[in-house]
Amino acid sequence: MSQIQTWTLIFIGASFGVYLYIAWRSRVKETAGFYVAGQGIPTVANGAAVAADWMSAASFISMAGLIAFLGSDGTIYLMGWTGGYVLLALLIAPYLRKWGKFTVPEFVGDRYSETVRTVAAVAAIVISFTYVVGQMRGGGIVFSRFLGLDVTGGVIVAAVIIGLYAVLGGMKGITWTQVAQYTVLIVAYLIPAVAVAQQMTGIPVPQVSFGQILDELNTISVQMGLNQYTEAFAARPQIDVFLVTMSLMIGTAGLPHVIVRFYTTKSVRGARYSAFWALFFIALLYTTAPAVGAFTKLNLLQGVNGVSADALPSWVNNWAATGLVTVGDGVTTINSVSNSPTSGADLIVNNDILVLASPEIAGLPAPIVGLVAAGGMAAAMSTAAGLLLVISSSFSHDLYFRRIKRDSTDKQRLLAGRIAMGLAVLVSIYAGINPPAFVAQVVAFAFGLAAASFFPVIVLGIFWKRCNATGAAAGMITGMLFTASYMIYTLQVFGTEANPHILDISPEGIGTIGAIVNFVVTIVVSKMTAPPPAEISEMVENIRYPSERRAVPAGNVTDAA
Amino acid sequence: MTEVTPDKESRGGEPPPSSPPPASPPDNGWRKEYWSRNLRLMVILLAIWFIVSFGFGILLVEPLNEIVIAGFPLGFWFAQQGSIYVFVILILVYAKMMDRLDSQFGVGEQETEGAAK
Repeated sequence: MSQIQTWTLIFIGASFGVYLYIAWRSRVKETAGFYVAGQGIPTVANGAAVAADWMSAASFISMAGLIAFLGSDGTIYLMGWTGGYVLLALLIAPYLRKWGKFTVPEFVGDRYSETVRTVAAVAAIVISFTYVVGQMRGGGIVFSRFLGLDVTGGVIVAAVIIGLYAVLGGMKGITWTQVAQYTVLIVAYLIPAVAVAQQMTGIPVPQVSFGQILDELNTISVQMGLNQYTEAFAARPQIDVFLVTMSLMIGTAGLPHVIVRFYTTKSVRGARYSAFWALFFIALLYTTAPAVGAFTKLNLLQGVNGVSADALPSWVNNWAATGLVTVGDGVTTINSVSNSPTSGADLIVNNDILVLASPEIAGLPAPIVGLVAAGGMAAAMSTAAGLLLVISSSFSHDLYFRRIKRDSTDKQRLLAGRIAMGLAVLVSIYAGINPPAFVAQVVAFAFGLAAASFFPVIVLGIFWKRCNATGAAAGMITGMLFTASYMIYTLQVFGTEANPHILDISPEGIGTIGAIVNFVVTIVVSKMTAPPPAEISEMVENIRYPSERRAVPAGNVTDAA
Repeated sequence: MTEVTPDKESRGGEPPPSSPPPASPPDNGWRKEYWSRNLRLMVILLAIWFIVSFGFGILLVEPLNEIVIAGFPLGFWFAQQGSIYVFVILILVYAKMMDRLDSQFGVGEQETEGAAK
């Protein structure tokens, strides 16, 4: 066993021990504790839990690598995945917390109708499930590289541990475990980033110092057959960068596993501050990622530029075993690098390895490599757990309780939820081992659908009293059908042909148009049909104010003018 | 919820065509005021959100890239760093301003009140 493997085992083993201990300590039996942690989570801790929940294997493992190869257009992930929190904080979180129950489909059901609730519950399950599969796969990759297991073994180990504590602990256990996971993942991300920044620029603040290497990176990128790093719209047309960013933002604000997090705070005020802390914690990683991308890419390019194929640095050989780094056939010296297997470049590097390999590429010691592996696992596990909870609550609450057995007891519902979670784990083990050929597209699918389904009906539900059930159902269904059709048209899924993009709009960006379609249809149909009943207006009115009004000192408030 | 009962009755089975609850009961004036101030704050913050991200980071990125500070072309900096800092600040400002609004209107929650006194 190599030194790297030993350290990886130590870090992953120790961190798992902590997570399981926390999950066991805070195991719960009542429904409220299971789904919304008894609504008693302190704001800062809740923020850290949202951050861990949100930052998945994609954020931790893939994003910096994607940015390294997209250059300036990596902004779609950076702004897209953070800007959504502004929408969430201002438009959604405080109001849903005031209304506060267990699930997102539940809000939609109470605000509109049972039909809309069922549509929403199915959408929530589909969106969350596609995500879980990606997390299982991410966990599997980490294990296969560092522990010498095959991907199948890695996926099974990850799934068993995630399933165990998700089923036992519910939201309360998950919340505190996620706080621990956030700590592990951010430390694991920042330590190597700070070390690399110090090594390359002498300034240990990656966010500030990566500006110094951009010129050099531009020059060497062009030499190696790539685009200038800081040039905008080299990877995607401007309109598409705009639409994809917007789609990721409103998708973020519409994702059920993120929204449900704001039900766990103590108060409406707590929900607002939770959103702040969440984005603050997320921003620590998201402002570091572009620096990691730039440093690692420069290191990588300098390390291999003009080097002969049999004298490549050791990280190339370590990763070659996983098939994620390949040297072209018959290449003797490396003169070009790409992330695309079809580019014909001398060295092909998969996006997904950059973060995990970054300490190796920079020549940092083995314990740091192990720490990064533990961070990647923390990111994958925390997100998977949050998603499993959404699947479980949507199933038990919005389908089983509402549609199948109305007189079910608390205990039966909890059991139904746990069974749904267990089934989801089993199916995701299968799908993680045999991933559908289009894992990357599936993520776009989930975001586009969240953007085109949940976001408009939730926002209109809060801000427009006149919005009714017919409108919302029509809007959600047309929004989703429109978005899904375009994706199926442009992507190779389920054996369909991939057609060229219309007006430069990629399938990742179509969610924005889908959301607009949803908004327009909802408004038009609502206007054409009868307004919602008075109780609904009253409910909407009530979620707009954090609490009942108490006596206020005279002169403090202007009375109705 | 006593203040909404008369409202319900007046609407009967056939509500007015476009505008929901007419003639709010007298003590609902503060609600309108609170809500419109909330909306105003929201619109201002969202405008900043849009200008910084979509404006500086995407629509105007090329002209802004002509300016280079500490090695960063400015448009590139907004796209990869600056906009994220602004997002964090926007949410903090929103939470703080809403605290003030809540306490002005006496709808703050117990924990706020406890902390304030």
